[in-house]
Amino acid sequence: MRVGDDAIVEVEGLDRLLALLAERGYRTLGPVVRDGAVVPGEVATAGDLPAGWHDVQAPGRYRLERVDDDELFGWAVGPGSWKSEFFVPDETLWRAEVADGTVTISVPRAGDRPVAVFGARPCELAALGVLDRVLAGGGIPDERYAARRAGAFVVVVECGSPSSSCFCASMGSGPAVDAGAGPGPGFDLVLTELAGPHRFYAVAGTEAGAELLDAAGAARATEEDRVARQDVLEGARRGMERSLETEGLAALLARNLEHPRWDEVATRCLSCGNCTLVCPTCFCADVRDVSDLSGTVERRRSWASCFDVDHSYLHGGAVRPTTSSRYRQWLTHKLSTWWDQFDTSGCVGCGRCITWCPVGIDITEEAAAIRDSDGAPARPAASGVGTSG
Amino acid sequence: MGEAGALVPEPYVVVGRRQEAEDVVTLRLEPVDGVRPAFRPGQFNMVTSFGQGEIAVSMSGAARAVEPLEHSIRRVGAVSAALCAAPIGAVVGIRGPYGTSWAVEEVEDGADVVVMAGGIGLAPLRGAVMELVARLEAGRGRVFVLAGARSPDQILFPEDLRSWERAGAHVAISVDVGAPGWTGAVGVVTDLLATAPFDAEGARALLCGPEIMMRFGGRALVDRGVDPARVLVSLERNMQCGVGLCGHCQLGPVLVCRDGPVVRYGGLADELFMERNR
Amino acid sequence: MSERSSEHTRALVAEHAFLAGLPPQAIELVAEVGEPVSFGAGSLLFREGSPADVAYLVTKGRVALEVHAPNRGPVVVDTIGAGQVAGLSWAAVPFRYQFDARALDDVEAVAVDAARLRVALAEDPVLGFLFLDRLAAVMLRRLQATRIRLLDLYGPGGG
Repeated sequence: MRVGDDAIVEVEGLDRLLALLAERGYRTLGPVVRDGAVVPGEVATAGDLPAGWHDVQAPGRYRLERVDDDELFGWAVGPGSWKSEFFVPDETLWRAEVADGTVTISVPRAGDRPVAVFGARPCELAALGVLDRVLAGGGIPDERYAARRAGAFVVVVECGSPSSSCFCASMGSGPAVDAGAGPGPGFDLVLTELAGPHRFYAVAGTEAGAELLDAAGAARATEEDRVARQDVLEGARRGMERSLETEGLAALLARNLEHPRWDEVATRCLSCGNCTLVCPTCFCADVRDVSDLSGTVERRRSWASCFDVDHSYLHGGAVRPTTSSRYRQWLTHKLSTWWDQFDTSGCVGCGRCITWCPVGIDITEEAAAIRDSDGAPARPAASGVGTSG
Repeated sequence: MGEAGALVPEPYVVVGRRQEAEDVVTLRLEPVDGVRPAFRPGQFNMVTSFGQGEIAVSMSGAARAVEPLEHSIRRVGAVSAALCAAPIGAVVGIRGPYGTSWAVEEVEDGADVVVMAGGIGLAPLRGAVMELVARLEAGRGRVFVLAGARSPDQILFPEDLRSWERAGAHVAISVDVGAPGWTGAVGVVTDLLATAPFDAEGARALLCGPEIMMRFGGRALVDRGVDPARVLVSLERNMQCGVGLCGHCQLGPVLVCRDGPVVRYGGLADELFMERNR
Repeated sequence: MSERSSEHTRALVAEHAFLAGLPPQAIELVAEVGEPVSFGAGSLLFREGSPADVAYLVTKGRVALEVHAPNRGPVVVDTIGAGQVAGLSWAAVPFRYQFDARALDDVEAVAVDAARLRVALAEDPVLGFLFLDRLAAVMLRRLQATRIRLLDLYGPGGG
């Protein structure tokens, strides 16, 4: 098997793939069902995967339902994302022992065993590509993140069952991996679940992926398999209910910073930060020092949210003291200034922020509302002569 | 410490300290090992007080390699208070240099340079003014230093201000409120522009201080005829990693630690300054 | 503007304290280039940096002059009430508002077209002097008050 060749992996072949990954020393993580949701967990065999589960998502709503089939990937995305394996939620960057006027600094290792991700969605692959650019693509990279990413083996599974929150098609990040827009990292393997008979269409993206297909005894795919894959993807595209119009979006938001919609959404937004927690590209982090009486100091980095009022604290007060200004920051960063800062969109259309918002705020709806009233002034002008306010 | 990366500080020892004002201390620092990296005035380091935390502080000393690293720190919180109290011999952590500079080396020969500083804002400009005075002494252009302080006892670097004036720089200082013995100007620093005889044609301006000062000062300079693209300001936002990875210092499209702190006024800061709660 | 409303404007202008004692032609002039306006509490009359082309003769309510700083939000530096003028920057170069003006409660005012007023005052120097004489008095009073406020008299050791 060479890179780019397509193959068929039987369902039993999945077990072989997983066993091979374990043999090669990977800690393999994949989607599992726990606490009523599809979340990342340790995966050893295909039996650990969410067979016969389907997710029903809506603004502020997520439910897993049992369906009477053996489809392993008949769901869209859960609340967690693969970001937490590489951009760790809480980590110690260095430790210092301070004694008698000398300081000795030690740096903990970035990770132990390399990680194999078994079942990343195309939108999650795109999200990792965005994070690669943010955290490792600039002049000063996050070397811990980069080391974890470099050692990882990534198996993507394309989507056949988008949820109603999904809008990856309009973001160019799904349901297929070669969906076009945005920076994409390499995947080692990409699978598409096919039915009748139940099997997986597979393509290797790297030599390591090709080698694994060979070792798993994968057969070459047929034209029939290729057509079946296209049908699945086309079905996913047609089934996608939401979309985000991206044409001129960055400039649209940049010229509508005083739009009345910001105040309107602030009457609904709780500033809870759930959206930033579930978003696969949000990267804000607090960097804090923790010390104890023995003289040990640890510098810790942990996930933070721009919805936290202290996030923008600047000697004396927060620069963004209102929910309105913080919601505006989140949305304009994700869809507009991310382009200025990193030359890519920050959003991959996974829909998590819509599903996991407790009040069901929909990013696609907010953007559309501003587009529909482009240029609306912040407050109604005074009656009478025009003001320059 | 190459493999440790930019998130790990280098130990530096305090070799000198100077009380500049009641709440401002200048620390002179030398690396425990090796030589300090080169920097350009306007840039900043992330300075760690082991046990309290880390803050962004601009370099306030000369950039010449023979000079030790200087940071003038204003006591506004726990970390800055600890740094202001650091005795000679204390070890602090330094990461940097980061950010953009005043780019004094790019100023064309013959151009007048106006430096407007408000309060602690004179500290990030000090290294640049030293270079501009050297440029003046070499006959390559004039420099006009306009410094504002709250009161006479809060004027920073008075000896430097005097020596710059002796070297031929135009130096004007004003305070918001006078005090007994003060015979200098009392008023806002932007009013010092009126009596600064610089030629707006081809002039450059460097501004550093409270955002309101830079906002009003930038406008006043443009009203005077200075090309807004030649006016530079130094932005400030909550900074935690200093290297563009933590997202805290965003101001619209700008990551202050990476695309700033020094940015051009015309076509960028002038708009950013008008965006409320951004 | 209808006859009725211009009558109304003239009445408002004639009663306004800023113009008290000015000859009838001054009242007429201002009424001609003015229009009654209202601002709901919290709304903005003008923004810092925008062209100062309106002078507001406040007839009801209060207006706050504010400066915005990133970490302090808007700070009120002055308040202008009924009988006073909000917005003085129309009177001198660079004819640009230096502060934000926000209605603290429901505000009614006569919005005077400052550009046309300046032209009219330039054409009639006597009227111009009377007008600016009043303006100078307002500015001087506010300046003197500001200087005293700078002393922070209520702070520790204020004097």
